[in-house]
Amino acid sequence: MRTVRIGSGAGYSGDRIEPALELAEKGDIQYLVFECLGERTVALAQQARLKDPDGGFDPLLEARMRAVLPTCAAKGIKIVTNMGAANSWAGARKIAEIARSLGLSKLKVAAVVGDDVLDACKNRDLPLIEIDGTIKTLGNRIVSANAYLGAEPIAQALRGGADVVITGRASDPALFLAPMIDAFGWAMDDWEILGRGTVAGHLLECAGQITGGYFADPGYKDVEGLARLGFPIGEVSEDGSLVVTKVAGSGGAVTARTCKEQLLYEVHDPKKYLQPDVVADFSRVSVEEIGQDRVQVTGGRGTARPETLKVSVGYVDSYIGEGQISYAGPGAVARGKLALEIVRERLQLTGVCASELRFDLIGVDSLHGERLSAGHDPYEVRVRVTGRTENLAEAVRIGNEVETLYTNGPAGGGGAFKSARDVVAVASVLLPRELATPSVRFVEA
Amino acid sequence: MVKLREIAHSRTGDKGNTSNISVIAYDPKHYPVLLSQVTSTRVKAHFADVVDGDVVRYELPNISALNFVMDQTLGGGVTRSLALDAHGKALSSALLDLEIDIAPDDDGGRKP
Repeated sequence: MRTVRIGSGAGYSGDRIEPALELAEKGDIQYLVFECLGERTVALAQQARLKDPDGGFDPLLEARMRAVLPTCAAKGIKIVTNMGAANSWAGARKIAEIARSLGLSKLKVAAVVGDDVLDACKNRDLPLIEIDGTIKTLGNRIVSANAYLGAEPIAQALRGGADVVITGRASDPALFLAPMIDAFGWAMDDWEILGRGTVAGHLLECAGQITGGYFADPGYKDVEGLARLGFPIGEVSEDGSLVVTKVAGSGGAVTARTCKEQLLYEVHDPKKYLQPDVVADFSRVSVEEIGQDRVQVTGGRGTARPETLKVSVGYVDSYIGEGQISYAGPGAVARGKLALEIVRERLQLTGVCASELRFDLIGVDSLHGERLSAGHDPYEVRVRVTGRTENLAEAVRIGNEVETLYTNGPAGGGGAFKSARDVVAVASVLLPRELATPSVRFVEA
Repeated sequence: MVKLREIAHSRTGDKGNTSNISVIAYDPKHYPVLLSQVTSTRVKAHFADVVDGDVVRYELPNISALNFVMDQTLGGGVTRSLALDAHGKALSSALLDLEIDIAPDDDGGRKP
């Protein structure tokens, strides 16, 4: 049976680059996929594009491409990435320019466009998922609306001879499903096999999270060579069966345990993993270690795709102000608590307008609240106060009231830090799929 | 009594204001223990200060795992939360602190 090897070169926008190069050089792969687009990244990139019409793609695009393009071009490894963010066409032209500068004059780059559905959304009063309200209630605070596109336009670009395909918002597993469709010619209504391919894509999309990253727990789950953590390779067969592995000699480990954890990562109902191309069913998946760093994954299934596409709507939500300061030695916790009470009262006295405030002692109760944190006093604590405000000036005042603890608070406060930032948040709506019309544009180096 | 950490491992994921936590038995023999002792009611009570919404449990016998989906958990959503750990990544470790009743001679099944 025919197989194809797909490398996962990034699990988020800031991910390490060396493991991607290792995959290209030593992974014996035919495709290299970079998943770099977080929930709100498109909204932030859209703001960048408004300032610069040729901007709006991933800031690490150039560094990643310069690192892997020569090897990928030499070996005929095709690249698929969502680093286009809010401007895949500008990203494609940038890649062509980089290829030219590297002397790779025959490289063909394709951009998938059409995930921007802001106009289609604005004209419809679609209800927001998870939070109250509709898209209209966000009014002119909306920055962007991008539909999660499926594998079809990416596969079309690969069939059209693209060496590099760059998208904006696309479902993460679809970035991997498209190479499988390209390699094996799977039908877009073969739900069972698309479901199996989606299991593979889901397992690979977070890169190092299946090779030992986000996993190690000394004495319980030990992982060798984390500093040199290698990224995964999916060995997919024509029937959709999968073996997860990695480059021999790289750090980390691919085990049944790492695969089980990643299988359920960000999954809700395992029977209904909603994708643009299929509803995948993870509930009967099994994993088996068949060799060192080789895990076979079977049992993925699928049913017909949903009639709607998920759309991420970016909107200007609020501002957040924050301040931190540390206390140490005997009585550190008591002084930290006193500091929090002082700031709480001062924010009232000075009339700081915040719709939401949070008072934490880092090292004591900042992560999960007082009840779960009850225990011994630590040597040191860090006070943290955050608040949500309607404008930046108001947000600045929150951090100021922590900083003033230096000379106006308990004894021995050190290392104060403050920040204030605007918050572009993301809400989701479901859009009838026919209202998104993806297409492919080519550019040659 | 042992900590859940002795018989299971766990990973947290996030989507919007919803967190999901997997609980995976090291040894399949402990899957029935997870089924009977790690209930959605107990998880909701454990995270009383953290979870404002419902906790739904999904069962995956093929990999000896449970998946807990916890609504209204991430401070209004990862992209706008005031929390230090906006993604809730550390929640899995907190869940492994649950007390579990297993036989005194049970080794926990962690060694591969």
